[in-house]
Amino acid sequence: MTATDQLLFEGADWDFRTLQRICDACEQIARDELGLDVYPNQIEVITAEQMLDAYSSVGMPLFYKHWSFGKHFAFQEASYRKGLMGLAYEIVINSSPCISYLMEENTATMQTLVIAHAAFGHNHFFKNNYLFKQWTDADGILDYLEFAKRYVAHCEERHGRLAVEHTLDAAHALMSHGIDRYPGKKSLDLRAEEKRAGRRRAHEESAFNDLWRTVPTGPAKSGAVLDVERRRAMLGLPQENLLYFLEKTAPRLKPWQREILRIVRHIAQYFYPQSQTKVMNEGTATYVHYRIISRLHEQGRLTDGNFLEFLQSHTNVVFQPEFDDPRYSGFNPYALGFAMMQDIERIVTNPEAEDRDWFPDIAGTGDTMGVLRDIWANYRDESFISQFMSPRLMRRFRMFHLHDDPEERAGILVDAIHDERGYRRLRRELARQYDVGFIDPNIEVVDVDLAGDRRLMLRHTVVKGAQLSEADTKRVLQHLADLWTYDVSLVEADASGTVLKEYVANPRKIAAVA
Amino acid sequence: MAIHIVDRRLNPGSKSLENRQRFLRRAKALVQGAVKKSSQSRDIKDVLEGGEVSVPIDGMDEPRFRREGGTRDMVLPGNKKFVEGDILPRPNQGGGKGRGAGEGDSEDTFRFVLSRDEFVDLFLDDLELPDLAKRKLAEVETEGIRRAGYTTSGSPANISVSRTVSRALARRVALRRPRREVLEALEAELLDCSEERRAELMAEIEAMKTKMRRIPFIDPIDIRYRRFETVPKPVAQAVMFCLMDVSGSMTEHMKDLAKRFYMLLYVFLKRRYRHVEIVFIRHTDRAEEVDEQTFFYGPASGGTLVSSALQAMHDIVRSRFRPADWNIYAAQASDGDNSYADGEVASRLLTDNILPVTQFFAYLEVGQENGLSYEMPNSALWTLYEGLRANGAPLSMRKVNERSEIFPVFHDLFQRRGQQERTGS
Repeated sequence: MTATDQLLFEGADWDFRTLQRICDACEQIARDELGLDVYPNQIEVITAEQMLDAYSSVGMPLFYKHWSFGKHFAFQEASYRKGLMGLAYEIVINSSPCISYLMEENTATMQTLVIAHAAFGHNHFFKNNYLFKQWTDADGILDYLEFAKRYVAHCEERHGRLAVEHTLDAAHALMSHGIDRYPGKKSLDLRAEEKRAGRRRAHEESAFNDLWRTVPTGPAKSGAVLDVERRRAMLGLPQENLLYFLEKTAPRLKPWQREILRIVRHIAQYFYPQSQTKVMNEGTATYVHYRIISRLHEQGRLTDGNFLEFLQSHTNVVFQPEFDDPRYSGFNPYALGFAMMQDIERIVTNPEAEDRDWFPDIAGTGDTMGVLRDIWANYRDESFISQFMSPRLMRRFRMFHLHDDPEERAGILVDAIHDERGYRRLRRELARQYDVGFIDPNIEVVDVDLAGDRRLMLRHTVVKGAQLSEADTKRVLQHLADLWTYDVSLVEADASGTVLKEYVANPRKIAAVA
Repeated sequence: MAIHIVDRRLNPGSKSLENRQRFLRRAKALVQGAVKKSSQSRDIKDVLEGGEVSVPIDGMDEPRFRREGGTRDMVLPGNKKFVEGDILPRPNQGGGKGRGAGEGDSEDTFRFVLSRDEFVDLFLDDLELPDLAKRKLAEVETEGIRRAGYTTSGSPANISVSRTVSRALARRVALRRPRREVLEALEAELLDCSEERRAELMAEIEAMKTKMRRIPFIDPIDIRYRRFETVPKPVAQAVMFCLMDVSGSMTEHMKDLAKRFYMLLYVFLKRRYRHVEIVFIRHTDRAEEVDEQTFFYGPASGGTLVSSALQAMHDIVRSRFRPADWNIYAAQASDGDNSYADGEVASRLLTDNILPVTQFFAYLEVGQENGLSYEMPNSALWTLYEGLRANGAPLSMRKVNERSEIFPVFHDLFQRRGQQERTGS
């Protein structure tokens, strides 16, 4: 215990040896006491200016060039200079090795917090959560970004900056609809398909019975219906991944344009798990840093003063303003996530009767880390909240549910509050707020008029009366039409099939683009 | 598990510079509009310091499919008094509306900070010094050195190691020079082998060694030198004469206008052309060449003799700027007063000595504040210059009364001309 009795550091100053000691100490606790399983860590110390740089390219260390990143940079720089916005203490990248950026301005205590938070908390989550496992390739992402950057630069050289910029603009506009939401079935290669066809033929031959021929069939499908079905099957319709559809079937795209759509699509897909696990991801990381640093303090490796400094930052991070507070802007994922993790720890170690009713599987089992690791691996925000939000926590946050129906003249209805009657409804509604299926509008390619003017037909299925914002939709459709190079129509219809609105966009002349 | 700690602080920053430039290029028209608008209300000095501009978001937005309206359900924290079934009055538009849609769609104008260089670039973007390319431009000032492939001879300092080694390698491979490993393997085998094999090996090794000696590792024919060649770098050089009347008849306001004009000119020239010399000549009833500081801020008073300044300019041209080698431009600012007797001298100096050697001569007449130029009788100088212009002299003349007119006039004088207009003139 002699090694662990020593203080990691004193005061606020740090150097690279201190960082190394901090990492080693955190790693020991993370691995031996919390049982975390992480990618190798790479910690990079950067300046505030570099942090600002990283912001503008969605936090990635390397990215292709596009004006919109410059716009975000200019915007963020302006608000940073005016003091409207502080910078994050760290940025962490889901890659292997897992890269964490640390700001050089941080004090030693902050560096400890950040290392515990990013290099162990987030890192464990990235490596173990099923969504990340399914959708992202941590080993390959940096290489892929490098490729994307080079490819885009190469295209700019070959085909002109404007043409590339235009393609990227269009692809970015469709980025939120360039995601595969379900792992698709693997398409068979030729040999496998031949084998399968052969097996089917053999089966038909072995089971041949001439009697079947005499059985009367229903009315034959008309040729037109068959045509439609065949066409839709060939085009893989309906298709909700618009970028994928364009990449594969847009008639007049050049090969490099397809590749750019593909790059944007891949990057959107890479970020897809992150948008679904904000609460869990931050909750995990916050819980982990809290555990690790508390433990360091217990071991006597952190002075009381430094621990207090940590507690102050930690409290700021998990602060949840109430709805009527001017600072309120939705649920703070750090606050909600951390509160739920702590609540689960309480349920596992020290449950009350209510908890035993609500969470019979985990209440009182005693193995906090086992339960949490399992949750971290197998849930996303929506399922996590709908399964593990406890009545006690709803009471603590004093949650209530508002139902705002514009048709209702009287006002907004308070539909449920934190009481016995409301718990389940509250929980369901809160979970729904984190359900990507409800957040993104449901837009699909339904058909292409191949016989006529090659019009691409889209349908937005309206949920709860929320239609698309008109100005934005027109602009997005314009981009879509430019890529498709024929007319594009979008129909908004509610669940009963009533058409609410229809948009048509015509492609612009290519000459105007270049 | 090893943890890598990397210090990236020394890496070059401003990775976003390129993206920022792209953004500015895209927003150019809008930013330029904003810059020009602000230039009329603000002091020139402040304007050229750069600073914050706000630009409407149109054309730079990034549209997405977004939903709006419909029934909304939300779960909020911090209930204090509501119970199930309460009906809350809707907050007025604005109060509660923005809460749900905090997606940044509220950036309908977009404010950001331009650096000084960016600002000046945009500010002066469509201006150019007139007819710079006409006269003899190719005055060779420097000789640059440029890489020009490889050569078989040269100074040892210029040996290209990588090229030499790769050629040597290619030659060794082509001539099948035995590799050292093969030789070593044979020698190792030699240590323990049967007698008849031994003789065989010896012969083989000997043959190999001879071949290795015959084919050297690096041969003089492999050696390549980096070749450089000198290229003349033509430099367009120009000199700009700034003439200003600082006599007693010039009020503070007039001086201020003239100063502003020259400041614009100065910024413009410094940015647009690297090799531009500027000569400041101020005059009362006698002229002197002064430095920039004195020109703008030095106190002086006295009578007015325009010819003195023209004479000074002529002398300077003769002594320092050979018209054959220099493009000569002049801009004069005055209130238009001139002693009547001087008109003849000035006119002769201009037509005989100055206008023939200058590319462009701009005359800026500064007037009283709130003065209406069209109601005033033409000043002595204006009449004189107008007469010269009627005879085809390359003179540009403008009158300015208000600060806000400075930039439009300046812009007008130095606007990039259309192609046909330029060739026509």
